[in-house]
Order: sequence, then structure tokens, then C-alpha cells
Amino acid sequence: MKFRILLAAVLTAFSFAVAAQQKPIKVGFSMALTGGLAAGGKGALIAMEIWRDDVNKRGGLLGRPVELVYYDDATQGANVPGIYAKLLDVDKVDLVVSGYGTNLIVPAMPIIMRKKLVFPALFGLAANEEFKYDRYFQIMPAGPDPKLDWSRGFFDLAMAQNPKPKAIAIVSADDEFALNAAAGARANAKKLGLNIVYDKTFPPATTDYSPIVRAIQATNPEIIYVACYPPNSVGIVKSASEIGLKAKLFGGGMVGLQFAAIQQNLGPLLNNIVNYDFWVPEPTLTFPGVNEFLAKYRVAAVGKGVDPYGHYLPPFAYAYLQVLGQSVEATKGLDHGKLAAHMQKATFDTVVGKVKFGKNGEWATTRTLQVQFRDVQKDNLEQFSGPGKRVVLYPKEWKSGNLVYPYKQ
Amino acid sequence: MFSADLLANAVVAGVLLGGFYAAVAIGLAIVFGQLDIVNIAHPAFVIVGAFTAYILNSRFGFDPVLVGLLAAPVFFIAGVLLYRIYFIAFERTGQESLSGLAFFFGVMFIIEVSLIMAYGVDYRLVQADYIGRVWSIGFVDFPLRMLVPFSVSALLTAGIYLYLSRTFLGSAIQAVAQDRLALQLMGADPVRIKQWAFGLGIATAAIAGSLLIIIGPVEPSVGRQYIGRAFAIVVLGGMGSIPGMFIAALILGIVESMVSTFAGPSWSPAVAFGVLALTLALRPAGLFGRT
Repeated sequence: MKFRILLAAVLTAFSFAVAAQQKPIKVGFSMALTGGLAAGGKGALIAMEIWRDDVNKRGGLLGRPVELVYYDDATQGANVPGIYAKLLDVDKVDLVVSGYGTNLIVPAMPIIMRKKLVFPALFGLAANEEFKYDRYFQIMPAGPDPKLDWSRGFFDLAMAQNPKPKAIAIVSADDEFALNAAAGARANAKKLGLNIVYDKTFPPATTDYSPIVRAIQATNPEIIYVACYPPNSVGIVKSASEIGLKAKLFGGGMVGLQFAAIQQNLGPLLNNIVNYDFWVPEPTLTFPGVNEFLAKYRVAAVGKGVDPYGHYLPPFAYAYLQVLGQSVEATKGLDHGKLAAHMQKATFDTVVGKVKFGKNGEWATTRTLQVQFRDVQKDNLEQFSGPGKRVVLYPKEWKSGNLVYPYKQ
Repeated sequence: MFSADLLANAVVAGVLLGGFYAAVAIGLAIVFGQLDIVNIAHPAFVIVGAFTAYILNSRFGFDPVLVGLLAAPVFFIAGVLLYRIYFIAFERTGQESLSGLAFFFGVMFIIEVSLIMAYGVDYRLVQADYIGRVWSIGFVDFPLRMLVPFSVSALLTAGIYLYLSRTFLGSAIQAVAQDRLALQLMGADPVRIKQWAFGLGIATAAIAGSLLIIIGPVEPSVGRQYIGRAFAIVVLGGMGSIPGMFIAALILGIVESMVSTFAGPSWSPAVAFGVLALTLALRPAGLFGRT
């Protein structure tokens, strides 16, 4: 018995040594490590490094160690094509994945398509809608019709109320992601026969949101759908509280309300807001491996000035590399055509649950959660580490509680 | 949608917002408006001020405004040292125009990257009792999150104006902008005076930063969004005019707020900068600039 254990240990050590000596498989990407999306980008990078270390500890992919090659895109779309050109022509990476966010995925698409590469993408809303590229795979679980699915849950919840709301306000930041989200909300509202009483955009660099919130209030909407990035979300939530915004359902597509630092600062102002999310620590979403991953993330995140819990983006940043890694193992090679064919038909076991892609590279079925903030206390970060503060209302199969309606501050 | 309630609140919100813009722009009104130094890094110093407020607020519970006031002398010294470098490297050799601009771009990036290395990229916010509270007079609301920055900014502007107009050193700062040679003939050292003025400009960034983080979340690169606006305010007010700068900031704030309320927020930058273009077409020296 002892001999067998010794032999296994020697063989494992040998396989690690062999993997370490092999030419590494290089995975290249741009990432927002500075600029407006850096808070998410840096967290994503930590997750990707955890994946790399996990894979290399198991002996790498195809017996070769994995190496990540990345450059900071500074949250500037204009930097992205040059980065991918360098990754492919100078660094000679074997595989590529996207950076974080719609605005930074779209600029990479032309060069990726020209080279016919498999392109797992991280949190782009409807980024492939115009390109219709058959080797694009989006890890964000927006769903097969991303623009509509993004806000479908928000509207389903609203229309399940009695009496049904009739008037809606839609407000979004003037950028690619938020405009896509607002377009979906508009289409959903029209389909449901809601009266859109306010439908405007605002510059992302807005400082004071009270004129916007007051203008919305003046139109007396019952539902207010907001799509924007973190600084905007904070400004809108604070202004809504200061003005005493009256609506029956408020929230929808606000990025930032998923981040621990912002949650801590806004505290009770978040209560009863209904907003999208993708993973929260509710019992219905405890997928195999996710808690182990988050435990590693929490250790790695210390002192790096990133979200300490990493519930929002990091599990998906880990998962899109899991998809890529599992495909490499399954196809036993780095042929992009075979990888794409595998990704189109396989179901992947990841830390964010089972992932199956549809024809357009989006998730085959939506898992855009609508969560409601509940009983949030003032200045308490720890409360967001466990269940109960972000109750899942939608979709039904992941539901952990019922909607508190109408919205009350 | 028009109502007296909306109009009054839009005007008040615009005035409060403009007051905050003035706090960001006042340092540039001195450095750019009076000394002709294109300090594109000024908003980056504002962000350093915001981070200083964040650190002392989160660790020791200090009020952000108090932190801004306490940090101002340190910023002043940093400004004096920065000007010495700028003077030795560029101004003395007559290369201040383009090389100087590149220098301040470099300073801006160094500040941003240093903040990222030291504190990461997460959004930072502060806690203070008045954040979230609202004073109301009739149907008009005054959120303290905006009223406090406005009040501090108004006091800062008044203080700087009095300093520049009532003290010997203040007069010397204004003189160095107008006629450096004449000042030298009177026995004053223009370099030391410019150094002092530059330090004063940077000191205001400490206070502006503490006001910025009261209003909303801050991350290292957020200062970039204020570069255009701050320079526009200085130009609109009339280069070097402190009262002009304050009025220009209020005009920009009110225009943004009114357009956001009644026409749509996406139009507000276009209309605000349209006002700037129109004013400069009619008064090329700005509202209060010397022609």
C-alpha cells in the first residue's frame, strides 16, 4: 500500500515536472486594470490567476502549463485592437479571451473574427448582436435574447402584481452597455403595453443626479428602470433617497450595487431596490466549487483594493476559463474550429453552475437574477457575505424569497 | 412637465452643483488663469485630496471637510515643490508651452498609477452625518450632500478673492501675471511669487477633493472627467478672475441642471459648452476677463 502511494506521488510529481518543462499554453487578453471598470477588471484578473494556478497544480492543460498574457486596456476601447494584435502577432498566444465589459469586448471582435479565433467573453451585453460571430461565447447568463432577457425578470415581477402597473420611466447612461439594457427594457415595456412616461439618457460623467430623479418623479411613473455604471448608480440611489422618490418598483440594471464597498456605503438606502445580479450567496445558488473558489478569492483579494467578497464578476471570470479549459481537454488540442464546435454542443460544469450556450453564443436560457435588497443595516460590510440581504426573486428555479411591493425606502 | 416646484429645485440644484465646480476650478483659476501654467494634472490632485479624505474618514472617522482643510498646507508644500521642478526643467529654459503640458500629463498619470498601486481600483466613499440629510424650505430641497460642498466652496472662493485683492502677496501674484518685468524692477522675485501661487492653487485641490468624495464615489481616474469642465469654467469666467470663475461655475451648474430637468440630461454638456462657445464669441476674454 505504502509503495503504491509512493509510486503515485512520484508519478504525480513527474507529471508536474513534465508539464512545467513543456512549452506553456498561452491565454491572452486585455483587461481593465485602470480606468472606470478597473474595480471589476482587477477582481476578474485575480479569479483568472486562481484558475491558472488550479489548472497548473493539476498538471496543466494537455500536459502543458498554462500562462496568462495580458495588458491593461485602461478601460479604453481604443486600446483593445492594438492589444489583441500584439497578443497574436508578437506574444503568439494560443488562445484568447475577452476583457471585461461590453465596451471593451466589441472593439476586439473584428480582429478576433478575422483570425477565426474562439472568443469566450466576459460580461458583454448583446456584444455579438451585430457581428453574429459563431465562435463567440458569452459567460454572462443574460440569455439567448440578451437585450430582452436582461430586464425580462424585472418586468415579469412588475406585471405579476395586482393591480398591474401602467406607467414606466426608463433612464440610462450614455454608453454601450446601458443603452443596450435600456433598449431591452423599452422593448419589454412596449410588448407589455406599458406607458413609457420618461425615456432619457444621461452622460456617464454626471455629478449631480437630483435634477434627473426629480424630472422622473414629475412624470409619476409606477416603475423606474435604471441602467448605468457604478458612480451613476450611487448618485441615483442617493438622490432618490434625498428627494423621497415614490415608485412601486425601482432598480433594474444598475451596475455597482453588486460591489461590497458601494453596498456598505449605501447601506439602508438599498432596501427594497430590485436589481439584476448573477450570483449572490443565497442557498439556491450554491453550485459545486463556488464556495471553495470564493474562499481562495477572498484570500487573494486582501490588500489589492478590490471587492473583498467578489460575488459579482470573479466566479464568472473563473468560469469562462473553465469552459475554455474543459474544451481544450475534450478536443485534445488547440484547433479553434474544434474548440468552437465543442463549445456549441457541450454542457460545462463550472463554479457558476451548468453552462450551455445557444446558437448566438449567449447562454441557452437566461439566468439574469432579479434580487431585492432586504433589511440592510448601516455601515456593515460583513452582512453582505452571507444570505438574506439580496433575496432572489427571479427566475423561479433559483428563487429564495418573495417580492416586497410596493417599493418603500 | 413644467412646474414652479421643478423650476425652483432645478435652479437650486444648479447653484449647488456650480458651487462644487467652483471648488474644482479655483485652483486652475490661479495656476492657469493668472500664471498661464496649463496644469492639466490639477484634477488628479483633487483625487489625491479625495483619497486623503477617504483614508482619514474610514480609519479615524474624521469629517471629510476637516481633512481637506488639514491637508491643504501639505498640498501647498507639494505644489511649491512641483513648481520648482517645472520651473527648473521647463520655464527657465523657455520650453514651458508644449513640454510643460506633457510634464503635467505625466504628473497626472503618475498620480493615478500611484493611487492604484497604493489603494487599488475599488470605488471609495466616505461617511458623514450630513450625507443623506435634506433641508427643505417650502417645496425647495437642499440636500446637505450638495449644500456642504457649495458652502465650503463659496467660503474658499471668498477667502482666495480677499487674499488676492487685499494682501501684498496677493497683489504680487496678480502683478506677476500682468507684468513680470515690472515686478522684478520693484525688487520682488517673480519665481518665488509664482511658486507661492502655484502652491496655493494645489492647496485648494485638497479641499475640492474632500468635497468631491462627499458627493459621490471616487476611484483613481475619475479626475479626468473634470479636466474639460474646470478649464471651461476658468475661460468662461475670464482668465484670472476669481469672481468671474465662481459666476461661470454657477452658470454651468444651472444650465446643466435646467437642461437635465426640462430637456434631457444627455443634452446638458452640449448646451453648457454651447454657452461657453457663445460667450467667447461675444466676449473673447470671458465674462470678467480684461480685454
